[in-house]
Amino acid sequence: MRLALREMRRRPGRFVVATVILTLIAMLLMFLGGLLDGLTAGSTGALRAQQDELIVYSANSRDSLVRSRITPDVRDAVEGVVGPERVAGLGSVQLGARTKGAGPRDLVSVVLFGYERAPRGLPDAVPEAGRVYADDSLRADGVRAGSVLRLGPARSPVRVIGFLEDSRYLGQGSLWGSLDTWRSVLAANRPGERVGDGVVQALVVSGTGADAQATAEAVDRATGGVTSTLTIAQAIDALPGVAQQRTVFNQIIGVTVVIALIVVALFFALITVERTALYGVLKAIGARSGTLFAGVLLQAVVVTIIASAVGVAASLVLDAAIPAGSIPFVATPERLLSSVAYLLLAASVGCAFSLRRVLRVDPASAIGSGL
Amino acid sequence: MSVADTDREKGLAGPPGPALQMKGVRKIYNVGDTEVVALDGVDLTVGADEILALVGPSGSGKTTLCSIAGGLLTPTEGAVVVGGEDISGYSPRQLTSFRQRSVGFVFQTVNLVPFLTARENLLVVDEVGPRRGARARARADQLLGELGLTGWAGSLPAQLSGGQRQRVAIGRALMNEPDLVLFDEPTSALDTELGDQVVRLIRDEMKSRGTAAIIVTHDDRITRYADRIARITDGHVEDSGPRHRARRS
Repeated sequence: MRLALREMRRRPGRFVVATVILTLIAMLLMFLGGLLDGLTAGSTGALRAQQDELIVYSANSRDSLVRSRITPDVRDAVEGVVGPERVAGLGSVQLGARTKGAGPRDLVSVVLFGYERAPRGLPDAVPEAGRVYADDSLRADGVRAGSVLRLGPARSPVRVIGFLEDSRYLGQGSLWGSLDTWRSVLAANRPGERVGDGVVQALVVSGTGADAQATAEAVDRATGGVTSTLTIAQAIDALPGVAQQRTVFNQIIGVTVVIALIVVALFFALITVERTALYGVLKAIGARSGTLFAGVLLQAVVVTIIASAVGVAASLVLDAAIPAGSIPFVATPERLLSSVAYLLLAASVGCAFSLRRVLRVDPASAIGSGL
Repeated sequence: MSVADTDREKGLAGPPGPALQMKGVRKIYNVGDTEVVALDGVDLTVGADEILALVGPSGSGKTTLCSIAGGLLTPTEGAVVVGGEDISGYSPRQLTSFRQRSVGFVFQTVNLVPFLTARENLLVVDEVGPRRGARARARADQLLGELGLTGWAGSLPAQLSGGQRQRVAIGRALMNEPDLVLFDEPTSALDTELGDQVVRLIRDEMKSRGTAAIIVTHDDRITRYADRIARITDGHVEDSGPRHRARRS
């Protein structure tokens, strides 16, 4: 082991190429992961911000918040299953918002949510009519506490009274107000979609614990099948494009990991071939194949750790440098650690291709041709 | 007390039996469908502090004999006893342990680890074998001193002369206090003057420690310094018997 580390210290030039290539791969892997997480976060923040386990859509909405409508009688049926205190209404409308000082066509895409139970990061009390909390990313569009936004063609005014983090929805910044605010803005800007008192788009249900799936089925039975109740995770997957986005990115990430594996395999196979004579000598003086292979593995791990460290640092710098709301990039500890783990796994598997060659080195080759 | 003294003391602990005994050793290689007999009924004994020169043409089997004596190859038939230990039926794992503790090698092209200093090249033996830590470091320093390399302990092989590299290789072969040291053409890459120095060094080091050596060679200078010459032809060993001591110097 010490032999392997000494070689790296004394002959760093031998490992530069592999380290540089693996560093680029590590950065690519972490950037791709960060973009996936950023895109997902930008699409799903509003749902993840719910402090509830279930979301109830109307069955004919095909699990879409925009198309869903829940009437008071359906709500009663849901409350009959789980209790009224665990049920809260939710409504949304996607509009263009005009900010003070911006041009008449300079619209910021927003989603106004009306809520009864506060999402994570907001006080329990629902704001008064005409007042909203804004997603933090809207600061990049000049929104500040006290700003008045004029929503939609009707230019319905809402005043921002505070901010919450990570609550974007389908790539747009969100505004959070009372159900009354939502209903009035919807009626003013989408007359065809106006809803009566007591009607909401969806219900959120809390306090189901580990029995979320069973509760969901009980709710749908109780409403006679006019509802489609999903866990929050299922609702996130049902958002348009989210599952497809995740699949595509994960496939690219998978290919990148395989490329890392191939790079390590080729590089250390080459190094092992170069060392055949040296391994012959070391085996002749008593080195075991396992010890020699452990040295190769250690070198691969060290190269990977250096590459990963640079990748992690670059991801954190990028995350800190990009302004909120511009590039959808998030460097999360989970993503960075999983990327490092994938790279280490790829390096170990890649290295294993050299094992056979190390095992095949004949110590007798050290002292002649064998005859 | 020098390492040589220690080795002598080690030798005095019991009656010095032969360093190597080979009886009826055969080695057959399968090359495609053909069997090639590399060694055929070899009987050979090397005394505890004897230097044997093994000479023969290319392909005669001298490297195979050396490899079997050093536990790098197993014989197809026959018995091999090194330092009182019968290694004839050893598994590869047992042979590895045997090599760690009982034999030393000096290779034709020296083959030092290029990125290690002279001292570290000696300590490689400790690193790949059972770790002795401080004792190994002390022995390495002592060997370097006795081989005249104290001032070069921190030098890499590329910074050493051919003779110095050969000394380091000899030091590495002696690190594990072996019963037998095998030299593979130790002077083939050296000029006349340096070759002569190395041969005298080998003889002095082996004799001062009472360690047996087999030197595979084509070089007449070595046969002059050897206690005995064994000639090998087509896998058969013909023992030329002891040389007259007066001819050595």
